[in-house]
Amino acid sequence: MILFENVSKIYSPTSIALQDVTLEIQPREFVSLVGPSGAGKSTILKLLIAEEMPTEGRVLLDGMEVTGLTLGELPYLRRRVGMVFQDYKLLANKTVYENIAFAMEAAGKADTEIQKSVPEALEIVDLVEKREHFPHELSGGEKQRVAIARAIINQPDVLMADEPTGNLDPVNTWEIVRLLQKINELGTTVLLATHDKQIVDYLDRRVISLERGKVIRDEMKGKYDL
Amino acid sequence: MGAPLTFKRVLSSGWLSFRRNGSLTVATILVMILTLSVIGGLLLLSVVTNSVLRDLEQKIDILVKFNKGTPENQILSVKRDIEALEDVAEVSYISADEALVNFRELHKNDPDILASLEELGSENPLPANLSVVGKESKNLAKVAEYIRGKNYPAIEPDGINYFEEENQRAIKNLSAIVRGIRTIGISIILVLGAISMLIAYNTVWIAIFTAREEINIMKLVGATNWYVRGPFIVEGALHGALAALVTTLLFFPVVWVASFQILKIGATVNLQTYFNENFVEFGLILLVIGVILGVGSSMIAIRRYLKI
Repeated sequence: MILFENVSKIYSPTSIALQDVTLEIQPREFVSLVGPSGAGKSTILKLLIAEEMPTEGRVLLDGMEVTGLTLGELPYLRRRVGMVFQDYKLLANKTVYENIAFAMEAAGKADTEIQKSVPEALEIVDLVEKREHFPHELSGGEKQRVAIARAIINQPDVLMADEPTGNLDPVNTWEIVRLLQKINELGTTVLLATHDKQIVDYLDRRVISLERGKVIRDEMKGKYDL
Repeated sequence: MGAPLTFKRVLSSGWLSFRRNGSLTVATILVMILTLSVIGGLLLLSVVTNSVLRDLEQKIDILVKFNKGTPENQILSVKRDIEALEDVAEVSYISADEALVNFRELHKNDPDILASLEELGSENPLPANLSVVGKESKNLAKVAEYIRGKNYPAIEPDGINYFEEENQRAIKNLSAIVRGIRTIGISIILVLGAISMLIAYNTVWIAIFTAREEINIMKLVGATNWYVRGPFIVEGALHGALAALVTTLLFFPVVWVASFQILKIGATVNLQTYFNENFVEFGLILLVIGVILGVGSSMIAIRRYLKI
């Protein structure tokens, strides 16, 4: 369970990213975070993996206080939360296979386990044929699928996707959305930050609407409605 | 997490980026070669100056001449007395026959002197003598005084030759030169060492700056700080090691040329022989310095990117 308790992130009095946000997200939920740019969607995701620290309030993941972790404990939190970004963030000098395997190597998994799991993940994202390609040889949609495979390879409790379809054409966008749905069905909590109305309406799941750092609506079967 | 497994991955990852980072690797190694060359050059310079100084100090001695016909056992007994002194490093006995052989050798190109020797026939005009070398040349005056004070009957009157004034002046000049060389040498090491380290650090910093996005990604997928830092440290160590190897190899031709020049100015040290005998130690010293330089620069340069 993810819990945000009265969380604020204030850079300066004129730059407030989040203001007194309280949220509760249950395991296996599929939650869309919607709102215009600068509403605070990305900030919520960054707070959850402790890439940013809140100015006030607490963030908890399964009872563990994210805000109280030391630098040395952060890697273990981040292995429990998979992350997908708009700009993919793949390692340019590693192949598709190496990019995915890297997350497992960093987590200290055994070689045999890596050799078994990476092909399975490639299967899920339908990139078995491209395993030896480098990122620059892939299309945007393919890159994002590699990023998703990397994000789920350590079987995280939560998958966060920050505008994952922002750079993609409609066909690729739908592929990514279906992939996220599939991962959610397999038991992973999914947090999707987006401003794509079509996606949100199609999903027909919980929608949290943000505006200027505040939650303005939280509906269990929501539509994109700003 | 299994430590050996992590270590293996860190090593292979470091080796991989060492190979794939082409031009930056070359630039870093070149700068390190420069640094190590300066250090290596100063190391060899100190060998040469130390050896030249030792040569010169060896040349300053007290010559004790004995009366002709003094039995060898008497001379050796005096030798033992002198050897027992704290300030004495070495006493060598040169018999009258040996002195004559040395004299002939020294003047073999001087027919006049050889002719006058012939005139004397079988008689040896040279006395047996002892050459006394001090541990520190500045204490020789004390030793000479001591021998004079003993009034050994076997020693020729005025047979204790110690060119006090000349020697003192020579020693003073020598000490000044030694001090000068040491001060200048250390200053050069400090200044050039600092400059080279800054350049090496800067090059590594550029490498890490280029990889900052990569470091960020590693952190976001849950790599520990050591897992991120490891490959850069391995890479730094490889830079240092390769630079040390190249520098050591570069010194072979340099020493070969320098060796002739040094022999030309009359020093007895053969730098080439010295280097050939000691290049393994020389290389190891550079290796240690190079690896410290590479690893140290990497660790400092990467620090700020690990605070994510």
